[in-house]
Amino acid sequence: MSRIDEVFEDTEAAFVPYLAVGDPDVESSVAYIEALARGGADVIELGLPFSEPIAEGPTIQHAVVRSLDAGMTPEKFFEVVERLDVDVPLVCMTYYNLVYQYGRREAQRASERASGDAASSEEPGPEPFVRRAAEAGIDGFVIPDLPVEESGPLRAACDEHGCDLVFIAAPTTRGDRLTAAVEETSGYLYVQARLGVTSARDDVSDQTTESLDRLAEYDIPKAVGFGISSGEIAREVVAAGADGVIVGSALVDIVAEGHESGESTTEVAERLEAKARELKEGALAGATQRAPRPERP
Amino acid sequence: MATDENGKFGRYGGQYVPEALMAAVEELDDAYRRYVLENEDGFVDEFRERLRDFGGRPTPLQHADRLSERSGFDVYLKREDLLHGGAHKLNNALGQCLLAKYMGKERIVAETGAGQHGTATAMAAAHLGMECEVYMGERDINRQRPNVFRMRLNGATVNPVTTGRGTLKEAINETMREWATTVEDTHYVIGSVVGPHPFPAMVRDFQSVIGEEARRQTQEKIGGLPDSVVACAGGGSNTMGAFDAFVEDESVSLVAVEAGGSSLDVDEEAGVAPNSASLATGQEGVLHGARTKLLQDTAGQILESHSVSSGLDYAGVGPELANLVDEGRVTPVSVDDDAALEGFHRLSQLEGIIPALESAHAIAYLDRADPDDLGDSVVVNLSGRGDKDLESVVEETEKRDIGNAPEMGVFE
Repeated sequence: MSRIDEVFEDTEAAFVPYLAVGDPDVESSVAYIEALARGGADVIELGLPFSEPIAEGPTIQHAVVRSLDAGMTPEKFFEVVERLDVDVPLVCMTYYNLVYQYGRREAQRASERASGDAASSEEPGPEPFVRRAAEAGIDGFVIPDLPVEESGPLRAACDEHGCDLVFIAAPTTRGDRLTAAVEETSGYLYVQARLGVTSARDDVSDQTTESLDRLAEYDIPKAVGFGISSGEIAREVVAAGADGVIVGSALVDIVAEGHESGESTTEVAERLEAKARELKEGALAGATQRAPRPERP
Repeated sequence: MATDENGKFGRYGGQYVPEALMAAVEELDDAYRRYVLENEDGFVDEFRERLRDFGGRPTPLQHADRLSERSGFDVYLKREDLLHGGAHKLNNALGQCLLAKYMGKERIVAETGAGQHGTATAMAAAHLGMECEVYMGERDINRQRPNVFRMRLNGATVNPVTTGRGTLKEAINETMREWATTVEDTHYVIGSVVGPHPFPAMVRDFQSVIGEEARRQTQEKIGGLPDSVVACAGGGSNTMGAFDAFVEDESVSLVAVEAGGSSLDVDEEAGVAPNSASLATGQEGVLHGARTKLLQDTAGQILESHSVSSGLDYAGVGPELANLVDEGRVTPVSVDDDAALEGFHRLSQLEGIIPALESAHAIAYLDRADPDDLGDSVVVNLSGRGDKDLESVVEETEKRDIGNAPEMGVFE
């Protein structure tokens, strides 16, 4: 059983916050992530910024730009992960090109060392990235531009290094695709609350309840993300059947406001901690209103 | 070449898109197989008829007399600049809009770089009575204003994209996001042989009419095949369109002319590759739904590309072209900004044809190639006309020392 499995086993409703690592700089980012842990995070999704974040709305796009402008790289990301003083599982959220390039570069270096010949034709794949991430303390991955069909090599690398690989179920994921997502995911299933891109919203989409109804028969932890911005919405989503809530944009908004208004890192961290507490409490309140779950075998 | 069952061209291609889009991509793949490959409900017949009556196909293959004299070999221009809208882009835009209609989609979204694809899509959507929104980088909007007006005249909404450098890459990002929101009633008309399967194969099939006609026309004119086919390559839709019918003809050299921009060197610190030569200098990676050759830094962040022509200004390239280059079937070469401007002026002066800055790269290469490599008869795909580029050509020519440029100063 992975550390992420244990979280969903132990808590009635998990709170899974997301922040882009290095936004707006490494030192603040470390303080912010630790604040989320103090505020009650059960799992933390750490964004490794990619220059073309096609699944993200404006809030996280801007966070990515701030982080990359401040010099974030995969290696610096791993160093941040190593430094973090938090006791919850960590999930790396990034795009496949960064995972793939890490391996390609390592293979190139190895072949240069070996013979100076042209790069080997062997497929380097995602294993070196997963290995390094696991060493640094990463427990799992979410790769939004990697559907199940293309995920074979990453799945194998995750299995080899004891990491979870989380797949996303969108409102358009039905039938065989849904079965495949449920079968292939580990840790939890990321239930995309609505069509579109990440953003903070102030309502619960009908698509969320429909998705949760569709998924009710599957015995896998379901964490709902995309648009959850308050404790009240967290409560509603959990009451509708979710096992956890994933919150990104609403937290990144706090980082962005703090950055723009020149607040101190401590002030922003306090606001993040308070927001985390609100979201975790909302999720727990929802759990008491949830229809009883079917007994797990 | 057909893709394998997973939509791969050798090691390239695939479907690297967010899960929200996968259902739409699968639906499209199904429609592509039925309507485009199997002509269900007479789709292909209707497409060909509309290309002829609305688009003006076939386009001529013209012997360029004065350019041939200068080059020392016979140059034949495939006149896609004479297609309705002024570029090859209509072949694909009309094909995809019609396919969307067969699929029951009501709405079209598209990205555009130079504005030629956006213009073609706006025309096709108006022609077929569909709602159309086009995403265009802010910088490109400023570089290609005439096309913005043309899109609006055809009833399309043009949405500026302000992230990044405001060119094609950002416009594709934003259109994918928009598509992920409206995927249930909307089709994304991607403008090149890029994106997740089936787009690269489908766009190539819609564009392959260029090479099919050129192949037949060279047989009529010279009684055989040309020695080489030359086309500019950004994403690669005119390139694959021109090459596809010749890929099996091993005697025909296929030359893809990329934008060399201001330099082929990369400024990793600044995150900039001042060129768009992904076939020649790019590294394998994953962008916009496909594995292909990309301009990227060592970590895998995508670099900002550059070309004097908006239509070539892209950090990636179609996966099938990447594979054909690896197989040695297509030769990638590059021509820098200055040379492209020279080519622009040369064709304007020698042949009375003002080419698109994109196509001017292919013209410019004729001057730089070793004639032994190209042979005696060369087909050049003149992918578009240059009316849209007049403002930037005046501006860019004034900045530089272009030997064959006319006086470009404005009359006081």
